[in-house]
Amino acid sequence: MSNPVQGALRQSGDFFALGATTLRDTFRRPFQLRELIEQFWFVASVTILPAALVSIPFGAVIALQVGSLTQQLGAQSFTGGASVLAVVQQASPLIVALLIAGAGGSAICADLGSRKIREELDAMEVMGVSPVQRLIVPRVLAMMLVAVLLNGLVSVVGVVGGYVFNVYLQHGTPGAYLSSFSALAQLPDIYIGEFKALVFGLIAGLVAAHRGLHPRGGPKGVGDAVNQSVVITFLLLFLVNVVLTAVYLQLVPQKGM
Amino acid sequence: MGIEVTVEGLTKSFGSQTVWEDVTLTLPAGEVSVMLGPSGTGKTVFLKSVIGLLRPEHGRVLVGDVDMASSPEHEIYEARKLFGVMFQDGALFGSMNLYDNIAFPLREHTRKKESEIRRIVLERMELVGLIGSEAKLPGEISGGMRKRAGLARALVLDPQIILCDEPDSGLDPVRTSYLSQLLIDLNAQIDATMLIVTHNLDIATTVPDNLGMLFRRRLVAFGPRELLLTSDEPVVRQFLGGHRHGPIGMAEEKDQQTLDLEKELLPAPAVGVPPQLEPSPGLPPRQAVQRRRQRVLALQNQRRVAATAPAPGEQP
Repeated sequence: MSNPVQGALRQSGDFFALGATTLRDTFRRPFQLRELIEQFWFVASVTILPAALVSIPFGAVIALQVGSLTQQLGAQSFTGGASVLAVVQQASPLIVALLIAGAGGSAICADLGSRKIREELDAMEVMGVSPVQRLIVPRVLAMMLVAVLLNGLVSVVGVVGGYVFNVYLQHGTPGAYLSSFSALAQLPDIYIGEFKALVFGLIAGLVAAHRGLHPRGGPKGVGDAVNQSVVITFLLLFLVNVVLTAVYLQLVPQKGM
Repeated sequence: MGIEVTVEGLTKSFGSQTVWEDVTLTLPAGEVSVMLGPSGTGKTVFLKSVIGLLRPEHGRVLVGDVDMASSPEHEIYEARKLFGVMFQDGALFGSMNLYDNIAFPLREHTRKKESEIRRIVLERMELVGLIGSEAKLPGEISGGMRKRAGLARALVLDPQIILCDEPDSGLDPVRTSYLSQLLIDLNAQIDATMLIVTHNLDIATTVPDNLGMLFRRRLVAFGPRELLLTSDEPVVRQFLGGHRHGPIGMAEEKDQQTLDLEKELLPAPAVGVPPQLEPSPGLPPRQAVQRRRQRVLALQNQRRVAATAPAPGEQP
């Protein structure tokens, strides 16, 4: 019974079952629009500022690193394109993932977990209201929406940060930065960034909900559940990022070639 | 009239630990039943199994045609609308005030107008004595008020079956007896089937029509209150008397050595049958009383016949 392999399989099974139920209940009336708006506002309010603040140094670090590398190779003119691609395709979805999981997911997990131990969720089920439809669907949708919009914000702030650092600190030329930008980057790069953010929001929301619904024993269990939810989300998101990046690079022809 | 709940051969375990097994009983329609048991014998687990929140491994819980233990989920959701459940701590939604909490089931399941919802909610709040606290949040009120609000919320959809999880925990004796009276008055007014899970002796001896007791992973007894209150079963006697002589120890069960030692002490006296609570003056008499009298008389006759009839296989 308590064999670790079985335990892991059962947890994954539960997780996918929750995902399927969430998908089904998304289309079940009545749709909880009010809850969705409240959750959207909440997740957005805890993530926007930190995301913007993190993305400036992140864009700068990438610009500095890529700038120094291209300088050694004698390809300074491509600094702009390279750093923009790195920001839009990789850095931005990952920053979104960290904030969505760390700020939004942990709050959602703690909220659901404490409702669970106060028997609120049981009471809801007893009253014939499905907690998945009522609470989890709006939360997961809110996470996905915020992730997509946040990704746009982080991309812009990151690119601007990179530009400022490259042009003012590394004495790159604005013209070269911008022209290499359009020589290497293309629209699908932003699409894949947004798609990644959407998937990350989905996974972070579902993991937070899954952990929050099954806290083990009392208030300490809720703390553990939040901790697990953040760690599991990070692991999953980085893994999924590798897969999505690999598939994207295979499927979409790159512009520079 | 309430609905009969039939429990057949119910067994529940968590991992390798069995909570109780082979529990069989019938909650008669419209009557009040109490499930007793020392702490940690799975009374709350039993209540949650009846409502279908926990899935027992074996057995059935029949409410009408629906088996709360194994029917498809949508049937269970439908059947739950017949229930009103009062949780141990009220289980109110922390983000809503009392009014919205109590109005929640009405807003979810009915298409009533807001004015009508207001009328019903205020009526129920008056019933449990919470008028004037509509705008308070659950975090701002005492445990007793939370319980009463939980009860009011359980009542708004006019349930046919009411389940109460430890209505007395965290209440002082005076409030507990008010609550006991409230439960009996409710039964007189709406004639719902009620199951109360508790270890409070005052409630157990004066409120219910039927008593049951869980101990050592099984249902020790379940039957009309007269039967249990005069029972010779050592566990039942010890528990109802509330003393230390008997099989129940501090750590759930006593070992044989202590039991042998105690045999030399005086046996515990029986508690007797205290009068049952009556509905408050002005309320209609409880319809369950008549039905129960007939049921218990029939039960008695059956026993008498069984006692005089020759055992099967015996030559006349």
